[in-house]
Amino acid sequence: MADSEGSAATEDGDGGETRRDFLQLATGAFALVGGAAVAWPFIQQMNPAADTLALASIEVDISKIPEGQAIKVKWRGKPVFIRHRTKAEIDEAAGVKLTDLPDPEPDSERVKKGEAEWLVLVGVCTHLGCIPLGTSQGETKGEYDGWFCPCHGSHYDSSGRIRKGPAPRNLEVPDYNFISDSVIKIG
Amino acid sequence: MVQFHKPAWLENSLVRWVDHRLPIFSFMSHELYEYPTPRNLNYWWNFGSLAGIVLVIMIVTGIALAMHYTPHTSLAFDSVERIMRDVNYGWLIRYIHMNGASFFFIVVYIHIFRGLYFGSYKAPREILWMLGVVILLLMMATAFMGYVLPWGQMSFWGATVITNLFSAIPWGIGDWVVTLLWGGFAVDNPTLNRFFSLHYLLPFVIVGVVVMHIWALHVHGSNNPVGIDTKGDQDVIPFHPYYTVKDMFGLGVFLIFFALFIFFAPNYMGHPDNYIPANSLSTPAHIVPEWYFLPFYAILRAVPDNFIGGWTTEWLGFIIFEAKLAGVLAMFGAIAVLFVLPWLDRSPVRSSRFRPMYKWFFWIFAIDCVVLGYMGALPAEGIYVVISRVATVYYFAHFLVVIPLLAKFEKTKELPKSISEPVLGGGGGGASAAPAKPMEKA
Repeated sequence: MADSEGSAATEDGDGGETRRDFLQLATGAFALVGGAAVAWPFIQQMNPAADTLALASIEVDISKIPEGQAIKVKWRGKPVFIRHRTKAEIDEAAGVKLTDLPDPEPDSERVKKGEAEWLVLVGVCTHLGCIPLGTSQGETKGEYDGWFCPCHGSHYDSSGRIRKGPAPRNLEVPDYNFISDSVIKIG
Repeated sequence: MVQFHKPAWLENSLVRWVDHRLPIFSFMSHELYEYPTPRNLNYWWNFGSLAGIVLVIMIVTGIALAMHYTPHTSLAFDSVERIMRDVNYGWLIRYIHMNGASFFFIVVYIHIFRGLYFGSYKAPREILWMLGVVILLLMMATAFMGYVLPWGQMSFWGATVITNLFSAIPWGIGDWVVTLLWGGFAVDNPTLNRFFSLHYLLPFVIVGVVVMHIWALHVHGSNNPVGIDTKGDQDVIPFHPYYTVKDMFGLGVFLIFFALFIFFAPNYMGHPDNYIPANSLSTPAHIVPEWYFLPFYAILRAVPDNFIGGWTTEWLGFIIFEAKLAGVLAMFGAIAVLFVLPWLDRSPVRSSRFRPMYKWFFWIFAIDCVVLGYMGALPAEGIYVVISRVATVYYFAHFLVVIPLLAKFEKTKELPKSISEPVLGGGGGGASAAPAKPMEKA
């Protein structure tokens, strides 16, 4: 194709740019846009569907959690830890020097203002996704009175911050807010 | 004259490195750039590649749908509704798949009738043709099982009726086969599960047969509207870019029609009863298969009860046929007869353009198929039964009587010397046209 047609095509353009070059470029660009437009629905169909998204937020009654204890709830298929912290645990978390932390973050930024006794965390280890121990009574809380991940030995403190072990980041605080004094809405 | 070259990218060093180890690039070059195609192919020759593209569309949309579909009797219908309402673009993907099935058959039926009109099934393309019939059978099985998956009323009762066809097999084998197909004592969850499994499998089997179909095609190349063999370089042009461009244009036109249905009449070719969840205790008043099965359905119902049953007990005393077996045999025979068509038609002339009588019988046959389609959609009563029977008899007569007789008695027109002769004048190197050297090879 190249030689014979190329030489014929150069006759109707100057400087080596031909009408054919233009047509090929325009066709190629159009095909690219068309291809992307077709690909989009096929990629997008794999994202969460409307009914999945509709279940994406939950409300939790926290009034039944005694001080010093925690519960696990399921949110978006993952566990969320809700811990009613004691004064000692709050003080311990607030007293840590930020320079001692692998992922420095003050405790006050991990709780809602004036609700420091409530710690809400996504209960998924930031290392490789296991669920750390320390929520249910009788489970080990690790060396820092928080959580301990049995998979690879990450220790989290009473603010859910990583202190020791392979996990790179603190336990994630989900998007939540207090609907009333006793009910929080997660997501 | 058109030059056949290897493409320039074949000289790229990386391409050559790969090609030395896996000659995939020289294969592409050979089958596209250097592949000689008759220069006179008309638009009826677009439907082969079009069918291939529709197959790809069906597989891509089908894989997406399978990500959301649940093959369980209590969940299937709702999972399809969830695809329609909740899954992102699920409505679009399902409507493409649903209408794609119909359009697949439209394209393939046109492709088949093109083969019938231009004699594409004749030597040396018999195996090419038979592989095509295998693809048709696989498509029918795939489409049937796909229609069962939404688990609506038509799904369920279609599955019940079609699987019961096998109960016509005599000597007690039929009931055994039907139980085996069902995995139970009626169409139920095991049936749905295996249909889903096979509906996912068969398209890839089709791909395999399509590869052989194209392989066989590329041995002797495409037939053409004149139906004579290509005689040299003046009769052919490279497939790429000439027919890739023509196929792309055809695809564009096709997609416009396809999109019209998907966006403006997505349920036109479906049946509303299939939006009622399956109920094993109540059959819809009027069950009809999808339109593409209607001619065969008409043949199935056209055969009178005890038609063969009555005779065979006389002729072959030891074989007791069930009455319904005759209808089933006729229906499968309607496709089986296509397998032997290359040997029924002994006329040496391929194209209808040079067969003045066959041309007419071709159109009568085409009308006969449409009539059968209409009859398949109408209730089997009164005059419709009579018309169905006449049309069924004609269907078989066309292949078993008309075609063999035409081969004997038809006076065909004189064939041109070459494909390029009518265009270029003379034997390919005419006076007024390009001063091409006639390159007679065979």
